[in-house]
Order: sequence, then structure tokens, then C-alpha cells
Amino acid sequence: MVCVDNHGMGKPSDLVQGTLDLLILKTLSLEAKHGWAIAKRIQQVSGEVLQVQQGSLYPALHRLEQQGWIKAKWAESETGRQAKFYSLTAAGRKQLESETANWNRLSEAINIVVQEA
Amino acid sequence: MRWLSKLSMQIKMLFGRTQEDTRLADELEFHIEQQIAENVAAGMSAEEARHAALRIFGNPTLLREQARETWSWNWLDRLAHDLRQGIRTLTRTPGFAALAVLVMALGIGANVALLTVIRSVLMKPLPFKDADRLVRLFEADSKGRFQDNIVAGGTFGRWKQDSHSFEDMAVVKRTVYNLSGTSGQLPELMDAYFTSSSFFAMLGVQPVIGRSFTRAEDRPEGSATVVLAWGLWKRRFGGSPGILGKTILLDSKPYTVIGVLPAWFSYPDPKVQLWTALYHEKSPEMMQMFAAHNFDVVARLKPGISIAQATADLNSVQRQIRVQNPEGAVNDAVNIRPMLDAEVRDVKTGLYVVFAATGCLLLIACLNITNLLVARAAARRRETAIRAALGGSMARLVREQVIESLLLSIAGGGVGLLFAEFILQWLVSARDDIPRADAIHMDWMVLLAALGVVLVCGLFSGIVPAISSGHRKILTSLNESSRSHSGGQKSARLRQVLLALEVGLTVVLLVGAGLLIKSYRQLRSVNLGCATRNVLSVDINLPKINYNTAEKRVLFYEQLVERVRQLPGVRGVGVSTVLPGQGMRRNDTFNIPERPPLPQGQVLVASTSFVDPEYFHAMQIPLLQGRFLQPDERMERAQSVVVNQAFVRQYFPAENPIGKHIVASVIGNDESYEIVGVAGDSLEDLDHAAVAMIYYPLYAGSERSTVLAVRTASNPDAVAIPIQKIVADLDRDLPVANILTMDQILGQSTQNQSFDATLLLAFAVLSLVLAGVGLFGVLSYIVAQRTTEIGIRIALGAPREQVMKLMLVRGLKPALFGLIFGVAASFGLARYIESLLYGVHPFDPLVLLVVCCLLLVVASIACAVPAWRASQLDPIEALRAE
Repeated sequence: MVCVDNHGMGKPSDLVQGTLDLLILKTLSLEAKHGWAIAKRIQQVSGEVLQVQQGSLYPALHRLEQQGWIKAKWAESETGRQAKFYSLTAAGRKQLESETANWNRLSEAINIVVQEA
Repeated sequence: MRWLSKLSMQIKMLFGRTQEDTRLADELEFHIEQQIAENVAAGMSAEEARHAALRIFGNPTLLREQARETWSWNWLDRLAHDLRQGIRTLTRTPGFAALAVLVMALGIGANVALLTVIRSVLMKPLPFKDADRLVRLFEADSKGRFQDNIVAGGTFGRWKQDSHSFEDMAVVKRTVYNLSGTSGQLPELMDAYFTSSSFFAMLGVQPVIGRSFTRAEDRPEGSATVVLAWGLWKRRFGGSPGILGKTILLDSKPYTVIGVLPAWFSYPDPKVQLWTALYHEKSPEMMQMFAAHNFDVVARLKPGISIAQATADLNSVQRQIRVQNPEGAVNDAVNIRPMLDAEVRDVKTGLYVVFAATGCLLLIACLNITNLLVARAAARRRETAIRAALGGSMARLVREQVIESLLLSIAGGGVGLLFAEFILQWLVSARDDIPRADAIHMDWMVLLAALGVVLVCGLFSGIVPAISSGHRKILTSLNESSRSHSGGQKSARLRQVLLALEVGLTVVLLVGAGLLIKSYRQLRSVNLGCATRNVLSVDINLPKINYNTAEKRVLFYEQLVERVRQLPGVRGVGVSTVLPGQGMRRNDTFNIPERPPLPQGQVLVASTSFVDPEYFHAMQIPLLQGRFLQPDERMERAQSVVVNQAFVRQYFPAENPIGKHIVASVIGNDESYEIVGVAGDSLEDLDHAAVAMIYYPLYAGSERSTVLAVRTASNPDAVAIPIQKIVADLDRDLPVANILTMDQILGQSTQNQSFDATLLLAFAVLSLVLAGVGLFGVLSYIVAQRTTEIGIRIALGAPREQVMKLMLVRGLKPALFGLIFGVAASFGLARYIESLLYGVHPFDPLVLLVVCCLLLVVASIACAVPAWRASQLDPIEALRAE
């Protein structure tokens, strides 16, 4: 799961299932990354708000790989050690588009409801 | 292209699983290293950094498991895991596993073998073109007294001419030829068939070389031709194609070889070596007669014509024949059977009964294994309860149990298939009387059925105990099994029900076996009415050419009898055309001139036998009245006959038959014979009452196919070689065949019964053992469960005999229920084997009594051991065990 770090105000709240997939696909759309870098990147970009749990990250990566949306390659990391780099496939790129569109619709809808109330 | 990458992914996940596993570990390790590096950068010590990283990371094993969960082929992984687990569980108790596999193998093996036989013999179509339209035609009686009479020559001619339902019709008859020896080979008696010319074409059989008979050859004036079976061609003629057009000597007459049949053709059985043209061999007179029943008729129905339609059609033809021939043994109806049905009729019921018995055996084997597994499941209740409490899913637990029993039944099935192959080989060699025995092979259908049986057995014996162990009441189980009194009540009851079923099936098998054995013994103890001990029989077939006059034939028999009589140890020598127990070979109609002529349509019939004067003495058939035939009544002076007691009962119930005459056409036309004596009855078949018989004088010289009967003081086999020498001395070209003792002849005629009875007995004994083991197991289990309770009882002063009685009753209860159920079921089923029984009622009280006693004795022994053990418990030990 992805948790929202709400600055010590109680338990972090869980994000909708599928959101993590979107975040991973988006993160990988720029360049190939290994698991650690993906988690770090999401954390940094979200301004430390989103914390990716390892317990969700790796199963998600493997699931996406099994689905054929991302592919993996072993290469040397910045520290000189062999690491598993993930990158988007063509199918993954399409998937990212449709998931982004979905997400936009969903968040807009939620926004409207929240604003109204 | 996504499917392509998915596919390559799947292949990678299937074959590179171990590699992927290490990579996953490596990937996670890298993550932790990065975290540690970050922590160190943030100023922690190396040790601290590592701990913090691991804390954030969580349980790496769990994480790995979760990642693996997303992989494809995961089910395969789980299956492999369960299989490993199952094998491990089974190998922990190798004795149990081996026993269970063996029991399963016996059950499955016997069933596969019988299924193979039934499929090959009873169900597989005959290997002919459109075999479903091939039928056998029989003469029948409109009053239903007989259904499958063989057909008269004239009748066949009229059927062929006047019926409209058949594409073609052929007539065949079994016979024997003496194939003369050429270039140093011995003469040999050959099983052979006469056939009308269209027979092979009708079956759709083409000779591999040459051709079959033409119409021109299938006439009395045609040239003599012969078609060879493949086996004979290979064996005697070296498989040379040059045989075509060559001449061979059959019964010393020249026949031109015109064709060789294919190797697969073995109709009606593989013993038939050669075929000749029927209308060429048989006299035109015989082929005109309506009352002389001689032939087998095979026909092919026109497409779209049902057997019922064809029967109606042919019935009208036959009625016409009867109207035109109101006298004599002319039938007035027909019966049509599918060809396959007609071939296998004799063995059908027996095979189905044995198959039903193997089915019972398999069910018993299954129940037994279920029982053992229920016991194990019960013993593992605590384990399963703990697993369930820790979150083990019900499905997972059931799956493990089922996989365990599937493993057992698959192993059992594998061994069983080997076992079935052995049974089949033995069966084919032991039962050469089974028609189409050469067609018995396992095929994919049988293998598929075997697989199905294996799966069903595995599922059945796995699911029952899995469900019985009742994981749903976790707390109860845990409570119950923490105090070992009265534990597992529910599964104990289930086991008792299973056991009662098992005992019931065993009783059914025992009753069936008992009935068949009693029937067989009855059959073998029938008094044949003649000597059966130390009697040797030798078939003699005099060729027509060399023995063309009555004088030559009589002379040969006289010399033969005279010389055999002088062999040491010989007590009596006789010659006859048929021996008692060989079945009915021939019957003829006759008249009694002293009586007013019979009304139209009625005839007198008696079995026909030709005997020499010494025959009665040799076979020890008693003289009841008058005298036997005399040695000087030979040739034209042979005008006396002897009749048997049944003949007198039937035709001279209130008169003295001596001095009366009979007129019959057994040799020439309407000769008159005087009845000079009455002999005791001897049976043609063991399972039929004596029928009226007339013994005509062999020394009239008409017969060429006879049986020499020699009674000796001790083992008759000792004279077999000297007899063959004497025959060779008298005629170097004369083969002798079928040198059999009377016991062997009777053994052959009761082979069916003895076989069925023996097999059923074997199955019954096996299931009795299984049931005994089951009873022993259940009671031992109950005793083990109630150890504490029994200990307390004994400690409080319960007499040990009472404890033993208590346990004994407990164990015998399922046996008693099973016995009642089994006896009731036998009552329902016994009538199905009624047709196999001789002189035994299906509800034979003696058999039932013996079965009940036997079962109770076995059950008591099986229960006594654990009950006695219970009564000998040391209360201190029992209570301390808690």
C-alpha cells in the first residue's frame, strides 16, 4: 500500500488499490529505475507525503511485470552493484495513459464532492 | 505484442523458477543495502543502520512470499508443495503406504483386466466391414422351446432365395481334415470350415494372396479348392507365395490352394486352419433337406433393416417351409442374433458376474483405504485443529488429504496396470475357450477408464476422511483431543458405517462364490453313468479315400481293438462315435413299425451313437435287459441296436422294448433294426438329464470319425504312446488326435464353471481378509482412544472379562450390521447368477449358513485381539499415559 504521511496526525491512511500501479508506471515513464529508486522518487516528488511500503512495492512490481506492462533488466547501479532495473513496455505506456485518464476523472469527481460538501 | 511478452514471461516463470527466486532475493537484498547506505549517510553506525533498515523493511521472507504470489504458475508451486508434503507424510508410515498401494493395485488391476476382457470380447465390434449389420440366423420353435437351432441345408437355400431383408447370406460348418504329410512332414488333423462362396466377400475379407471361392467352385461338380489360414501357410508352407495353384492332400484327396487369408483373420477362432467350399463338399441331397440340421448361417442385413423386421420377413419364409413339409423335424420359426452376440453368448453372463465381483473388490479396497485414512485423520485431529486455529484454510487441509489419497491410488493404479497385464496373459492362456481371446488387448478406452477409476477412488477415499475430521469445531477438537477419552466419536461412527458396507459386500461375494462352488461340485459329482477313472480317449479319423468300403473300415476297427486289448494293463477297449460327457454330437428321427403311423408333423427323435460290441464293457455301462451287440453282427448282418433306459422311459413306458424294431435312415434309407438290449443311461452333458439314445452297430461300417476308449488298471497315460504306435503300425498316414483322459474331457466341459467359481472364491477370500483387517483396525483404534476410560474402569474394579465383552460387542456391531445388509443384498442379486447355477437354488440355505459362520468367525478373531489387549490393560500405565 501507499501510505499518506499526514505529519503525525494519527495513522497514515491507505490509498486506493491500483493507485500504486499508476504511481509506478508514471515514475518509470521517464527512465528505467530499480525498486529502491522508484520508492525514493515517489517519496521525493510527493514532497515526502506518499510513503511506499516495501511490502507493497515488490509484489506490485512483480505483478506489473507478469502482466507485461513493465520489463526488467539487470544492470549496474550507481553504486556499482547489480540491480534490477524496471522500464515501461509499449503496452505499459498505453496502460499508463488509460490509468492517468481514469485517475483524472476519479480525482475530479472526488474534488467536486469534497468542495460541494 | 503484449501477449507475446506475457507468453515469454510465462515460459520464463515456468522453467526459470529457481533462478527467478535467487534474483528476487538479490533484488530485495539490494533494497536493504540501499537503505543501510542511506542510514549510514544520515550518520548512523553500521550496526544501527542495518537494524533500522531491517525494521523499516519488515519480514523479508514474508515479502518474498508476497512477491512470489503474483507470479504465474503459482498453483503449480502449491501443487508441488502439497505433493512433497503428501509423499513425506506417506513415507513416514511406509508400511501403511505399501499396504494401501497393494490393496488399491489388486482392486484396480483386477478391474482393468476384466474390463479389458469385456471390452475386447463382448463389446469391440467384430473386425469386419459394417459389422453391426452382420447377424447369425437360427431355426427356432414358435412355441419357444428352443431358440438357437442350427440350420438345415434346404432351409438355408430357401431363406437365401425367398427372404428380402438380407444383402447376402452364407452358410458354414466346422469340420476336420486330415492333411497328408508331404516331404517328411507328419500327417496332421486340421480344424477347418466348410463355407459357401460368398462368405469372405460378405465379411469384407480379402485374401492376402490369391482369391476366395468362385460360385463355380462352390458346386458338387466344381474343382476341389482350399483357402489357407495365415498361420498354416506360414507354418507348413514357409509362407511362400508359390503355394497358389499347388495341390495339397486333404483326407487323401487333392485340393488346389487358391488363396491365403490375412493374419488378423481368426474367425471363429484361431484354431481354424483351412476353408473349403461347402456345396462342393456336401452332397446335394443334404443341401435340400429341411430336417437335417447341420449348418451355421451368417447374413448381412440390408442397410436400414432392423433385426425385428428381418425376423418377421424370415419367419414367414420358415412358416411356408413348415406348411410345405408337415412331417419331420422341420422348424416353424427363426431367431436372429447380432453376430457378435451369438459368438459370445456362452461366456457373457460369467464374464459379467466376475466383472461385478471385481467391482465389489475395488469398492471394498476403496472402503478399506478410506477407513485407514479416516483413522489417520482422527489421530491427527489435534494437528489439524491447531493448523486451522492458526489460519490454515479448510480448503488447504482438505486438499492435502485428497492429494495424499490420490497419491496412493495413482501408485496403486500404476502397479495395478502391470498386475492387469499379468492377469490378462494368464487369462488368455488359461481360457482358450473364450471366443475372440486373441482380440484381448488393453486399449486407450480401458486406460482412460482406469485413469477415471484411479481418480474416483483417490477422491472418494480422500474427501470422506477430510470431511469427517470436522475442522469446523476447532475448539471442540482441541478440547476433545486434549483428554483422550471418547475422542473422535463422529469419525468412529463413520468408520463403523464404512466397515458395515465392506462386510456387506464381502458377504455378497462370499455368497456368490459359495453358490458357484457348490454348483461346480454338484456338476462334477454327477454320475455320468459310465467309467470315468482311468479311461483314455483317442480320436480316430479314417480318410475317405483309403477307407472307401465298409469292409476296410470294420477291419481297421477290429484290428485296432484287438491289438490295443493286448497291451499290458488294459481292462477294456471300445470304439464309439461319441463318449459320454462330450455333448450331443448327432440325433436322428426314427419310426417304430409296430406302432400306428404318427399324426402329421410329429416325429420321434433320439441321439445317435455307433458303438462296437466291446464298448459297453469298456465304459462299464450296465446291461439292464436283453443282450449287447455281438462281434459277429458285422456288415450286412449288423441289424441290432441297443437303446438306453431314457429311450425306454420315453418311447416304451409300459412295454417290453426287446424284439421291437426301429426304422431309421442313419446309414442308408429306412433300414430296420431290432432292439436287442437296454443299457443304463449315460449323460451327454453333465448339466443335462439323460436323453433317449440309440446305439447303432459301428460294425455296419458306415462311420469314419470315431473315438477309441481304453480303460486301464492304473494311470491311463501309460498306454498313450503304445496306442499311437499301434495306429501307426496299422496305417502310417493316420494321425491320432486329442488323446485325453475322461477326466480331462469332463474338466473341459466344466472349465467355465470351475473358472468362475475359482475366481469368485479368490476375490471373496481377498475381501474377507480386507474386511478382517478393517475390523481389527477400527477396534484397535477405539481401544486406543478409550485407553484412559478403560484404565479407570479397571482401576475401579471392573472385571476384565466384562471389559473384553464390552469391546468385543463394540467391534462386532458393524460386522453384524454388514452381515444383515450383505445377506439382504445377496437375496436381491442371486437371481442374476441363476443361469450359471446347476442343481443349486440361488438361496441355498447351506451356502448362506456357511458364509455367515465364516464371516462371524473371521470377525470374532479380528476383534478378539484388540478386545483382549484392552482387557489386559494395566490401569496405572493407562492413566499415566494421559
